[in-house]
Amino acid sequence: MLKQIEGSRAVAEAVALCRPEVICAYPISPQTHIVEGLGEMVKSGELKHCEFINVESEFAAMSVAIGASAAGARAYTATASQGLLFMAEAVYNASGLGLPIVMTVANRAVGAPINIWNDHSDALSQRDSGWIQLFAETNQDALDLHILAFKLAEELSLPIMVCMDGFILTHAFERIDMPSQEQVDAYLPPYAPRQVLDPQAPVSIGAMVGPEAFMEVRYLAHAKQMQALDLIPQLTTEFKTQFGRDSGGLTRTYCAEDADTLIVAMGSVLGTIKDVVDEMRTDGHKIGVLGITTFRPFPLAAVQAALRDAKRVVVLEKNLAIGLGGIVSTNVRMALAALSIGMYTVVAGLGGRAITKKSLHALFRKAEKDDIELLSFLDLDQNAVDKQLERERNTRRCGPIAENLLRDAGIVAARNY
Amino acid sequence: MSFQPVKFYQTGTFTVGNRLLAPEERSVQASAHRFNSLTSGHRACQGCGEALGARYAIDAAMEACHGQLIAANATGCLEVFTTPYPETSWQIPWMHSVFGNAAAVATGIAAALKVKGRKEVRVIAQGGDGGTTDIGFGCLSGMFERNDDVLYICYDNGGYMNTGVQRSSATPPAARTATTMAVGPEPGNPFGQGKFVPAIAMAHDIPYVATATVADLHDLEAKVRRAMELHGARYIHIFVPCPLGWGTDSSDTIRIARLAKETGLFPVFEAERGEVTAVLKIRKRTPVEDYLKPQKRFAHLFGEHPRSDTIARIQALADKNILKYGLLAEGG
Amino acid sequence: MFQIRIHGRGGQGVVTAAEMLSIAAFGEGRYAQAFPSFGSERTGAPVVAFCRIDDKEIRLHEPVMEPDALIIQDPTLLHQADIFAGLKHDGYILINTNRSFDELGLADFLKDWRHDRLRTVSATDLSRKHIGRPMPNVPLLGGFAAVSGIIKLESLINAIKGKFSGKVAEGNIAAVTAAFNSVAANIEEARSHA
Repeated sequence: MLKQIEGSRAVAEAVALCRPEVICAYPISPQTHIVEGLGEMVKSGELKHCEFINVESEFAAMSVAIGASAAGARAYTATASQGLLFMAEAVYNASGLGLPIVMTVANRAVGAPINIWNDHSDALSQRDSGWIQLFAETNQDALDLHILAFKLAEELSLPIMVCMDGFILTHAFERIDMPSQEQVDAYLPPYAPRQVLDPQAPVSIGAMVGPEAFMEVRYLAHAKQMQALDLIPQLTTEFKTQFGRDSGGLTRTYCAEDADTLIVAMGSVLGTIKDVVDEMRTDGHKIGVLGITTFRPFPLAAVQAALRDAKRVVVLEKNLAIGLGGIVSTNVRMALAALSIGMYTVVAGLGGRAITKKSLHALFRKAEKDDIELLSFLDLDQNAVDKQLERERNTRRCGPIAENLLRDAGIVAARNY
Repeated sequence: MSFQPVKFYQTGTFTVGNRLLAPEERSVQASAHRFNSLTSGHRACQGCGEALGARYAIDAAMEACHGQLIAANATGCLEVFTTPYPETSWQIPWMHSVFGNAAAVATGIAAALKVKGRKEVRVIAQGGDGGTTDIGFGCLSGMFERNDDVLYICYDNGGYMNTGVQRSSATPPAARTATTMAVGPEPGNPFGQGKFVPAIAMAHDIPYVATATVADLHDLEAKVRRAMELHGARYIHIFVPCPLGWGTDSSDTIRIARLAKETGLFPVFEAERGEVTAVLKIRKRTPVEDYLKPQKRFAHLFGEHPRSDTIARIQALADKNILKYGLLAEGG
Repeated sequence: MFQIRIHGRGGQGVVTAAEMLSIAAFGEGRYAQAFPSFGSERTGAPVVAFCRIDDKEIRLHEPVMEPDALIIQDPTLLHQADIFAGLKHDGYILINTNRSFDELGLADFLKDWRHDRLRTVSATDLSRKHIGRPMPNVPLLGGFAAVSGIIKLESLINAIKGKFSGKVAEGNIAAVTAAFNSVAANIEEARSHA
């Protein structure tokens, strides 16, 4: 059914359709509306056979989900940014134990400095934790990916992070098509655990594993995630049959067939990029887009296939590997290993800085002429940066960096336009 | 043949021979049909108080709920010595997640059971003092505050033993640990620190809080039984000597535990919804020296340069407990 | 694509206004996107919300840089923040005020503008009258419908019914209709004088 609702609400309703049994969450911007929506549905009786638990921290949230999942319940939680880091130990524990928890990460920057706006640094900080990571491009994508995620998680016995851009998607009212309960029930069967805590058949879960077997256990975790490279396309096809939409998948291309320049990105920025690409195509530029939906496991083959005929690749990412550069781009680089294609990394939109069509037009045109650095930062205020570096050279006690920059900018309130 | 109550004392311990008791008064361990939830083959040290306490507590809980029990365990000695890869000595469904989240994992298990309508299955969370009073404190309080249907059992040996005897917030004052060495002007763990979690549990007004020791095993079983009669958040704090960490003889575990109670240093009581309801009285009031002397972790208080000032301060703590909890019998 | 930017202060329902506008457009079978300039909740601070309306899927996710229309809920913002930034020449401007554009000191700035696209409406007064408290956000949309013709009054009324009920819905419907009529009459009057 077509609806005009907030992205968070769409996700809450989609999760509710998946018949979750235990929902536990701790509030953090910008995930709050999702959990509030689910809490209301449980409390009113609209969402039945579900325990909603207000926990005392994100660490508790993931831990409660772990206990619930181990006892055979379909468990769900949501977090972002600082909260994801606070539960990091439990995040690794969940995947190590093979528990099919589904978690929404409403992507938000990680401090310090504290920042509530969108970028991908939170989810990507956990990229090697053993969780499958899916990145939604639109709110429709986000709600659909949750449905697919429960099925995928339970088939593989692996937890999944469904990532959606905080505020940009979570707080945007957009048109979405909400499936019916019948449709979801036909696609997603009840949870049948591979391991479960049950007095009828006692097992010990979570024992120590020493050097004699740890490598094998970790290898198996990797091998299992790799199975997702085949399973995701399969589930995506089934999704299309059941729901009529192309949601999911490993990657998606746009205008890529004869493109000389390919822009690679994840998340909501893909929409803006596509608008720019359309305009540039009208002007005769041979430019296209590769959107990555599944970031873990990283779809090396699919990425390589999509990029092999391009002259150059520009990875536009909302992440920064301090001390190195791009995160997505280093993963893409592995896919390009056998090919001799130039790759540029553009770090953009950190901490919610707007990525505008205007800036992208300028960037892409320069990129086509190979007139950008291997690593660059979109719309960086080089003056402000230089001023701070000068300050540090001259004075030992030059004060907190963030304060200095904000004072230079002259405005206290955030301006993202 | 009829039974008649006989009080039978043996010097040094108060163990009562089970065959002299009516069947219903016997320990769960006396039965050949006991669950053996924590069965033999685990790797605990000789004389480990925690292994003793856990065996009694979990079997008593199993008895009370007819074997329908699931346990969540924090990282620590108990978890490590009961599950040496590739073996496990647990015969019940058991889960170890991480160090600080046993209470939260148990909350999750309880929620799953509730949603699946499995009312007959009960949940226990357990951990040492480190995993309970320090790193697990937030999750513990959250579980208490929500009144989740979980019985949390803390095995208190006053330190992080599995990692090499480091200080925790349950370590008593003046005790030597690897991070509160017996050197300097104030050797051992400082005075004026530490927290007594049973009192904090009581402040949450939860249905049941109790303390126990491995010197009174019948009492421990009775408390577990009582806890299992109730629903909601319940907490049992068991005093369990650690021969290795305390520097005591492995045959002395029960005796040391009894001395902790008889000096008043460890009050043994029950409470419901924040009010003390019963107290296990001191049989024979004992000076704290008798408790401290057999423990090498307090050796620096004795010997060539005895610290009578410190011992007096410890005695004052014992006296305070005696007053506060009413630990002396009338005329005692 | 038609892009609207709404300016106000926290607590005045700026975000709700953008959402209602998007729901009204959705009701007409169109695509719409509404989102706020995000931040921590803070009453009284300047707030901006955006709405895009189109007949095909809206993929764009940047803030509205070049609005086709501005709705200004709080005129105290006029000379404080750069609220006209990026406004397309001859874009629509609707201001919630009892005063005229001249009295607001905007005569110079807007002298080469199409004046039939510049309107004021006393939405706060109308909301006080019909809803019982100063909440001009939804009534203002009625004025916007009248001046821009981008959305039908009926669609706004349906959106109100979907979100509110009882006296609140009735009040809002009355206020939005009054605002619509007021601005429509205003435009008609100006045209007949031209």
